[in-house]
Parts: sequence; structure tokens; C-alpha cells
Amino acid sequence: MNILKEAKALLKHNIRDYGMYIALLVIMLIFTVMTNGLFMSSRNISNLIDSAGYIAVLAVGVMLVIVIRHIDLSIGFLAGFLGAIAAILLVQVGLPVYLVIPIILLLGMAAGSITGFLVAKVGIPAFVATLAGWLIYRGALLQATEKSGTINVDNEAFNAIGNGYIPSLAQIGGLHLLSLLLGTAAIIYYIYSAMKNRKNKMRYNFEVVSAPLFIIQLVLVSFLMGYVTWILAGYNGFSWTMIIILLVLIVYHFITTKTVLGRHIYAVGSNPEAAHLSGINVSKITFIVFGSMGMLSALSGILFTSRLQSATTTAGTLFELDAIAAAFVGGVSAAGGVGKVTGAVIGAVVMATLVNGMNLLGVGIASQYMIRGGVLALAVIFDVMTRRQRA
Amino acid sequence: MSGTILEMKKISKEFTGVKALSNVNFKVEKGEIHCLVGENGAGKSTLMKVLSGVYPYGEYAGDILYLNEVQQFHTISDSVEAGIAIIYQELALFPDLSIYENIFAGNELHRKGIVNWNEAIMKSKELLNKVNLHINPETLIKEISVGKQQLVEIAKALSKKVKLLILDEPTAALNDKDSENLLQLLRELKKQGITSIMISHKLNEVIAIADKATVLRDGETICTLDASKGEITEAAIIKNMVGRDIEDIYPKRNVPATGEKLLELLDWTAHDPRTGRNVAENINLHVNYGEIVGVAGLMGAGRTELALSIFGNSRKYKTSGTIRMDGKPVKLSHTSDAIKSGIAYVTEDRKGDGLFLLQDIKSNISISNLSQLSSYGVVNENEEIKTAEEYRKSLGVKTPSIQQKVGNLSGGNQQKVSIGKWLFVGPKLLILDEPTRGIDVGAKLEIYTVMNKLIESGMSIIMLSSELGEVLGMSDRVYVMAKGQIKGELSSSEASQEKIMEFATQ
Repeated sequence: MNILKEAKALLKHNIRDYGMYIALLVIMLIFTVMTNGLFMSSRNISNLIDSAGYIAVLAVGVMLVIVIRHIDLSIGFLAGFLGAIAAILLVQVGLPVYLVIPIILLLGMAAGSITGFLVAKVGIPAFVATLAGWLIYRGALLQATEKSGTINVDNEAFNAIGNGYIPSLAQIGGLHLLSLLLGTAAIIYYIYSAMKNRKNKMRYNFEVVSAPLFIIQLVLVSFLMGYVTWILAGYNGFSWTMIIILLVLIVYHFITTKTVLGRHIYAVGSNPEAAHLSGINVSKITFIVFGSMGMLSALSGILFTSRLQSATTTAGTLFELDAIAAAFVGGVSAAGGVGKVTGAVIGAVVMATLVNGMNLLGVGIASQYMIRGGVLALAVIFDVMTRRQRA
Repeated sequence: MSGTILEMKKISKEFTGVKALSNVNFKVEKGEIHCLVGENGAGKSTLMKVLSGVYPYGEYAGDILYLNEVQQFHTISDSVEAGIAIIYQELALFPDLSIYENIFAGNELHRKGIVNWNEAIMKSKELLNKVNLHINPETLIKEISVGKQQLVEIAKALSKKVKLLILDEPTAALNDKDSENLLQLLRELKKQGITSIMISHKLNEVIAIADKATVLRDGETICTLDASKGEITEAAIIKNMVGRDIEDIYPKRNVPATGEKLLELLDWTAHDPRTGRNVAENINLHVNYGEIVGVAGLMGAGRTELALSIFGNSRKYKTSGTIRMDGKPVKLSHTSDAIKSGIAYVTEDRKGDGLFLLQDIKSNISISNLSQLSSYGVVNENEEIKTAEEYRKSLGVKTPSIQQKVGNLSGGNQQKVSIGKWLFVGPKLLILDEPTRGIDVGAKLEIYTVMNKLIESGMSIIMLSSELGEVLGMSDRVYVMAKGQIKGELSSSEASQEKIMEFATQ
């Protein structure tokens, strides 16, 4: 009885975070039922994650840009353009993959810094500065692919990023061993850190959930992690794309929650004047956030080019809006200062799930757009309502 | 002109478990000026929001009798229609619109949707005359001072045929002269039969103007004092507000200043390229170790601008002259430089540019000195919690937990958090800009006590303040500013209200 009551209160208090996970589960469940289980098949989930990758990394970057009260429209074509440059460097110049990737990431960072300079130092509104970037990178992409049209990439190592899987080491009962090991390690780490966190909070007499509820929570999350691992291990195991998303997720989650830089980013987003008067260099933070955005755009370009195994003339079209939508579904606030890395990634997964499930069901493209628009609107309405309720 | 215009009977209002008002009785006679006093959180604003329909009928218990009828206001426009106008502390004007557009905003003089602006301008002139504001109604709101903006708000209320005017801390942002004008205006309106309710923290004003004063404490009516019976005195009000006697609201400190110079400004000039004016001109001042230096002056004298030009030149003025800390010239081109040199600045507008309202107390306290709590850029949250706990306790921030969002704290507690944030940085010089604005008497005393403790711990303080009482009560030395210049320097023994005002109005 008491646990139920507590769970209810907890749910009510964290409705925004939990709501998103619950919505994702419900959407997945509906698709699973409607496709007679096809949706939850190993192959499809693996495919879904790979198709979410290049939007998810953009969503993480743009979430931070929105947190500091700016916007970046140039990221889609920047990703497309840098993807084309990657293809050119690989195919036409003949550079090895291990050089191409860092070069592209650095180029992305440089491009982002230019935006950062325009916004932070020159004082141009981000919307306008990045709209200019949108036009410029679109033109640059066309120019880069003008002579050859689509550039096919035949580099196996590069193509593995978007299509390949981590080595299995061995198959156990038809399951991918390394993936199982990684999944188990992740579960153990999750349980360990959750328990440490709880202990810490108790030491400072902070409110914590009661022991039974905590255990239920642990079991539930561990089960979900285990289930996903098991599903993926049943096919080809974890894909490289998934590993890259997880890395981005872990690194950015760490930066935003544990570091001084993260605190400064949220401070600037929450109140730029106060941040300045607190001794924070607001333009430096703006630079860093846009620089990181550029780098993640480059990563997105690499993921997309690799997945298609080619650079096309229209690569990156509307990625920026998909990423912004994912960030908003993930709970970022347009007023600044509020947003989570996990939210952005889940937001991207929600949107990819919708596309994937509707494709399986054979829903027409016209309805797909409208349904995705509806979900975005619903997420933001839900956001506004829950925020009002708590205020 | 007699009889009761308003009677609020047994008003109770609850916010999710917290009783904001319980059985409050409040009675206002026609044509009087009735002051509503009480500490922050006593329920004054809540009571006025009940009256004006911000909290609609049904969300509170009790009855509102207005003009001898029970009223059921469902929205603010219901109360406006009944002739009740409320003017909030934060003015609700549009800075980029003209005075006449503001006066008739939401109440446009129109026929079939087409606005007759000429008539609006003419009527605005009449209304402005009524509030003794003789300026062109086509002037933009952002071009006039806060004091005049306040008058525009009143003119706007008059345009709606107001019978009962409610002012929520109308003089909080005004200098003494504008405040006096405003009070005079209220007296004139009274002669014209308009009843006023004024919420105020400034007791001298209450004493000067109130016919009656009702004291609220912790959501309950404590008493109503009557000026005609000579009941409205500072001692009586304070006693009823806090429920105890306060012998001296300016606590004494026992540390003499050393005479060693901490900060010196030599021929300091700050030029604002946007307006082409010098916001601070040829400033020469110094602060000794162990001193509280008061900087007095009227609104617009350039005190905040001077402070910001020192504190990392936050507004990007063109500066000339020298800043010396401990005798050595320093160059402070960013707030972080100033902090490194040992200067901290607590802003006058804590909600606007002082605090991160969406974040908790812990994050607000640590933000300026995260480097001390972190290694390799990673914040040690345990240390952060310990630190925040320490400052919460030592400053007496009243809150159940340091995880509380700062936006949910009262003004006094927010101010303690802003000070705590800088104490954690450990500056040598703390610049306090209007440290007690909008704070009740009890919390003021606490802030003063904290200031004295800081001086005892070896810090020096510059206090910028419009409240003469506080400048006189707390400072070792006083500089008086006007028009961006220092017009005079007074020791605490020389300083008096008259002398300060003499310099300030030069």
C-alpha cells in the first residue's frame, strides 16, 4: 500500500522524465502488438538504433545550444557537407580512415567556432547567423558533389561505422558474447552507481526513495537493459553506431552533470546576466557549446555517410529540424537553462521509433509527418502542463 | 465621506498545504489611506491578490464586502470594473510604447476596433495633470525615470474610474524625492475621494501618510492602528510585525577600521559610448580595511554604474583612471578578474541578475567558486553539499533543504543566498548594492548582523543604498554621489540626513 502511494508521488514529482520513458515504452508496445512482434525483433531494433544515430548526436548538441538560449539551423547541411568532405578525403585523396575522422571532427569544431564567434563576439542573433550557415553549407555541399554527383565510399572500415557490429569473440547459444559481456557490465555499473548515489544522499539526510521501491526500480531498469542486450545479442550484437551513441551519451552526460563546465553552461542558460556577474565568461561558454555542436555535426555527417556508404547531394536535408524536434521531445526548455542529455537521446529514439514502426505498418509518408508533428506538439504541451503544475 | 468601502471577512487561503492567510479581517473606510504592513511572507500581497481577483472567488474562504455588497470576483477585470485598481511593485508597463499608449493599453478608446489616438493623447494629458506629471504623453516609457513611470501607472488606474487604489510597495524603487511626491499625490487623491491601500516596508512613510495601518503576521491580522488616536508609531508597528521589540535595528560592531587602504580609485571615469555620457566622472575614493563605506545618492546618481565599472567593467564602458588594490594598480577587464583580485558584487536586482532562480540553493552558492570544489574540472558534489550546508546554517537561510529552488525562497532568504555565494569565494571587498531592498525588518536586521560579522572577519564593505537610515546606521564613512560624481565625503559623526540630501541634490 505504502509503496504504491510512494510510487505515485514519485511519478507525480518526476512526471516529465518518467513520462518520456513511459511514452516510449507504450509506443514500442503498440508497434509490437500491431506488427505481431516484428517490431521487437532483434534485426529491427538493431536497425532502429542505427537509424536514430545521426539524429541523436545532433540532438545532444542542439539541446545544449537551446539550453544557452540559442538555436543552430546550420547543423544539417554542415553534417551533409562534412560527410561529403569525408567521402572526398577517403575516395579521391585516398587518406586513411584514422586520419579522415579526426580531420572531419576538427573541421566541424572549427565551423562551430565560427558560428560561436558570430553569436558571442559579434552579437548576431543565432537564428540569423546559423540561417546564413544553412545557406552556405548547402551551397558548399552542392559544390563538393557537383562534379561527381553522389560519391560512393568503398572503404570497409569507414562503412562499418554505420553498418558494422562489434566483434563477437564467440557465440554462446547463438548469442553475441561481447555484447552480452558489455550489457552485463553496464547493468552491474548501473546498480553499483545507483546504490552509491543513494548511500551518499542518505549520508546527507536527503530524501531518498524507500528501500523496496528502490529495489523495484533497480530490478526494472536492469531488466530493461538486459532485455535490450539480449535482443541485440540475438542478431549481430551491438553495432558501432550504438557504441558511438552510447559514448556520446556518457561523455556528454558526465560533462553536463559532473563538471564545472556543465555547471557553467546551465548557469549561462538559466540567467546570462547573473552568470556574467558570477565571474563566468559567457562568450567562452557560447564558443564551447557551438564548437561542440560543430563537432557533433561532423560526427553526424560521418555516421550518415557511412550508413549510406556514399555522400549524396542532399545529405543532411532537414536534419536540423529533426534534431531540434528530438531535443524538445526530450524535454529541453526554450526559455533556457533546462534540458538533459539523456532526454535528447531518448527524444531522438522516440522519433526514430515512430518512423520505424510506421514504416513497418506501411503508414503513408503524409500521415507519418502529421503523426510525428502531433507527437512533438503533445510532448511540448505535456511539458508546459507539468511545469505549470509544479510551479 | 464616511462609511465602509471594503470589508474582508475571515479570509483564508491555502497553497497546497501551506496556509497563507487564516481568518484575516480587514476593514477600510471610505476616503482613507490605509497601510498594510508586515514582514515578507506575512500575507499582504496574497490578501491583495484575493481582493483583486487574481485568486478567483471560490479559491479562498471568507467574504469580500465592497460597497456593502458581497463580491465574487472571478477575474482581475471583474475587480477593475468594480473600481478596484492594483499597482504592483514590478510595474506592468510596456517600455517601448509611449505614455498614452500605456495608459490606454487594454482599454483603448475605439469605435468598431479603430482606435482614436488623438482622443487618447488628449485624455492622457488630463490624466497626467491629475498626477502632477507634466510631460508630453508621446514620450516613450523607457525614456522616463521609475518615479515617473509609477505616476503613469497611477494615471492609468485613474483612467479606469478607480474608487479603491491598491499600491504594492510603490516607493521601493524610488528615491526620497520621488517617494515624497508620490505620497503627496496620494493625499491629493484622497481629497478627491479615492481610497488607497498601500503596502509598504518603509515605516517612515507609513507614519507620514497612513490614517490607519493594519499589521499582518504569519497570515493573520494582528491589529489595526489608528493615526487619529496616535497609535501609528515606529515602535508599535515593529513590535506588532515581528512580535518582539527591536531596540536597535542597526546593530553595533566593535571593530575599528585600521586605516590601511584596501581599494583606491584615482580619477576614475567611466564613459558609456551608447549614450555618450560619463556614468562616473573623476571618482576618487578609497576603502580601508575593516570599514563599511556607504555610497548614498538619489536614483540615477550613478552608484550601480560605478560599481559595475569597477567590477570587471560589466557594461563595457570606456574607463580611464586607476584602480588600486592593496596599493597595487590592477586591471579588471572581466568579472572573473575582479573576483580574482578579491572584489565581489551583490547586485541590487537579485532576481534579475543575481540568482539562478530555477536552480537549487546548493548550485547558487557554489557557482562562483566551483574551481575550489573540483579537481580536473569535475565537481565534488559531497564537498559542494557540505559547503552549501555550512553557509545555509551560518547565514540562517530558512529552508528545509539546500535542494530547494532559490525561486521559491522569500526575498530575505534569497538575499542571504546571494551573499553566501560571495562569502564562499572569500573576497576582501564586498560591494553590496541595495542590500535590503524589498526585505522585511526582521530579515534586514539579520543582513546587518551578517555585515558586521564579515567586517569582524576582516572583510571590507562598500554599501550602495538609497535608504538613508541604513547608510547612517551602518557606515563608517559616507560618500554622496550625484550625476556620476562624488559630491561629498562624510565621516559617520558628521553624516546626517540633511547633509547627505544637500550633497545628493547638488
